[in-house]
Amino acid sequence: MLIAMLGEAWRAMGANRLRSLLTMLGMVIGVGAVVLMMAVGQGAQYAVKQSISAMGSNLFIVSASLSTTSGGVRRAGAAKITVADAEAMMELPGVEVVGQSLHPAPVQVIHGQANWTASIVGAVPEYLDARSWDVVSGSRFTESDVKAATRVALIGQNVGRKLFGDEDPVGKVVRIKQQPFVVLGVLAPKGQSLDGRDQDDSIIVPLVTAQRKLFGQTGGGINMIMVKAESLEAMPSVEQEMRALLRQRHRIREGMENDFSIRDLTATANTAAETAKVMSMLLGSIASVSLLVGGIGIMNIMLVSVTERTREIGIRMALGAREGAILAQFLLEAIIMSVIGCVIGLLLGLVGAELFRRFGNTTVVVSGGSALVAFGVALSVGVFFGYYPARKAALLDPIEALRYQ
Amino acid sequence: MSVIRVSDVVKDYPIAGGYYRALQGVSLEIAQGEYVAIMGHSGSGKSTFMNLLGCLDRYTQGRYWLNSCEVGSLSRNELAQLRNRTLGFVFQGFNLLSRMNLADNIGLPLVYAGVSKAERRRRAQALLDRVGLGAYAESHPNQISGGQQQRVAIARALINQPRVLLADEPTGNLDSQTSEEILAIFRQLNADGITIVLVTHEADVAAHALRQVGFRDGRIVRDEPTAEAGRRSPPC
Ligand SMILES: Nc1ncnc2c1ncn2[C@@H]1O[C@H](COP(=O)(O)OP(=O)(O)OP(=O)(O)O)[C@@H](O)[C@H]1O
Ligand SMILES: [Mg+2]
Repeated sequence: MLIAMLGEAWRAMGANRLRSLLTMLGMVIGVGAVVLMMAVGQGAQYAVKQSISAMGSNLFIVSASLSTTSGGVRRAGAAKITVADAEAMMELPGVEVVGQSLHPAPVQVIHGQANWTASIVGAVPEYLDARSWDVVSGSRFTESDVKAATRVALIGQNVGRKLFGDEDPVGKVVRIKQQPFVVLGVLAPKGQSLDGRDQDDSIIVPLVTAQRKLFGQTGGGINMIMVKAESLEAMPSVEQEMRALLRQRHRIREGMENDFSIRDLTATANTAAETAKVMSMLLGSIASVSLLVGGIGIMNIMLVSVTERTREIGIRMALGAREGAILAQFLLEAIIMSVIGCVIGLLLGLVGAELFRRFGNTTVVVSGGSALVAFGVALSVGVFFGYYPARKAALLDPIEALRYQ
Repeated sequence: MSVIRVSDVVKDYPIAGGYYRALQGVSLEIAQGEYVAIMGHSGSGKSTFMNLLGCLDRYTQGRYWLNSCEVGSLSRNELAQLRNRTLGFVFQGFNLLSRMNLADNIGLPLVYAGVSKAERRRRAQALLDRVGLGAYAESHPNQISGGQQQRVAIARALINQPRVLLADEPTGNLDSQTSEEILAIFRQLNADGITIVLVTHEADVAAHALRQVGFRDGRIVRDEPTAEAGRRSPPC
């Protein structure tokens, strides 16, 4: 029975080949768009997740505000975070200053004839753990390097390549601000940070070395301090304490605005993840609209088909077709059209995603799940939009249908 | 025992501003194996009556037993089953499906009876042979003549071995020579035991039947055996 019906549905579609193809095209475009958009959206989410896990957890970034509001005592640009601020923060309970950097003014690093501009990060050994940043060759510096303010450095991938080429940098000496630093190790590649800087252009030196020997000489102003809280739960209280401390140290009176900002990186990351998710949902829903349009196309054609074939339906009823048989006949036709359209759309969507990945330089994630979802949705679209016309056919009055001209 | 028993059946058609009463109380009994010709002027209600007999339409009042089963109380699907198993239809316009070949057209009622494809094919071929079109199984309706199409339609009506064959002006679109061929098939079928009810305008077609029923204005005005009946079963 089912095979006979499949054959018949196939023949019915073959009788109007161009029309069936055009109807399927709607489905093809809809499913293709959904697959492609889901791949792009999931790719964006994946990329954000990657950069979040690369960043480390429980981190704050404390930095000077770019400008303070007018009417205040201080003028824009005058605000500064100092080495002394960083040292004071280290005393707070539950707080660990793990790194700080002078980022707007990267410094020149020299080795022999080669030189490169790098941003300096002063850090404690735990900084690498906090950022889950590995040393790929050589070793880290230790707590005693920090205490003794020794001149040692961990250099980023780019720095190593530009200064040393194929040479092994470990154990060599580089000059930073005319001071010799021994390269202890090379950092693993890290790529761009959330604010778009290339982190492979970094050099990490012990925190105290940076404070006393590099940044101290520039008047103690540093661009940002990276602070790690003991735990996720401690973050709100740590933030409050830091704010209170900095307000006090900067002598900010009651009611005045802060001249610094404290960013919770976890929150920032969550926002980024949320944004990516919303974007991917948006893409998905835009694509779903085209799927919907494809479905309406099927419904439209099926309604035309039912009207055209009213007499045929009457004949079938006269020969003993039950409601269910007529319903199944037309429903099957709609489903076949949407499934074929779906399969073609799926393939086109996958091809499109691959093209995006190769030539659009975007992360795309094609999961079996999304293909399955698209397939399921297309099937339901076929059933949903095919049902009304099929039911209309099944409920025809036999004699009315037979008399139809 | 009667296959068909109709009692005081009334059929109203809704028309603009009320109803048109096409059948005004019709009673008729047809026994197994009868061959009945229904005659009457155009608009006298013959087709309306046939559609009720064929369970294609519902009546407004009265009662109708088919095989001692009351049709009025049956559901749409039960009526479909009756049309499929008990009744065979032959229409004036043949009503074959142009997309299918003749064998598939003939086998169509079997699809709805759940018969396998091989069996459908076998039975369709047997019937094609019986109506003299054995070589045309793969042809399509638009490739054969009207008379041949009507023979295919008869084969289709017979495929489920119905007890009753209903034919509304089956020769209306055919020339007299072809009509004779169709009527010869009917006579043979009736001889094999199938009950036949046919509608016709033409007296010489009606003369093939064994009983004539005359309609006028939605009522039966005449009901008598034909000369043919006398010839087939002589008194004493
Ligand atoms: N669907 C309908 N709606 C309204 N009136 C109808 C309908 N079908 C038939 N009638 C009316 O019912 C009456 C009987 O029609 P019917 O078709 O039964 O006549 P008939 O005897 O078969 O005529 P003919 O010999 O021309 O085929 C006619 O007056 C017709 O106008
Ligand atoms: Mg008529």
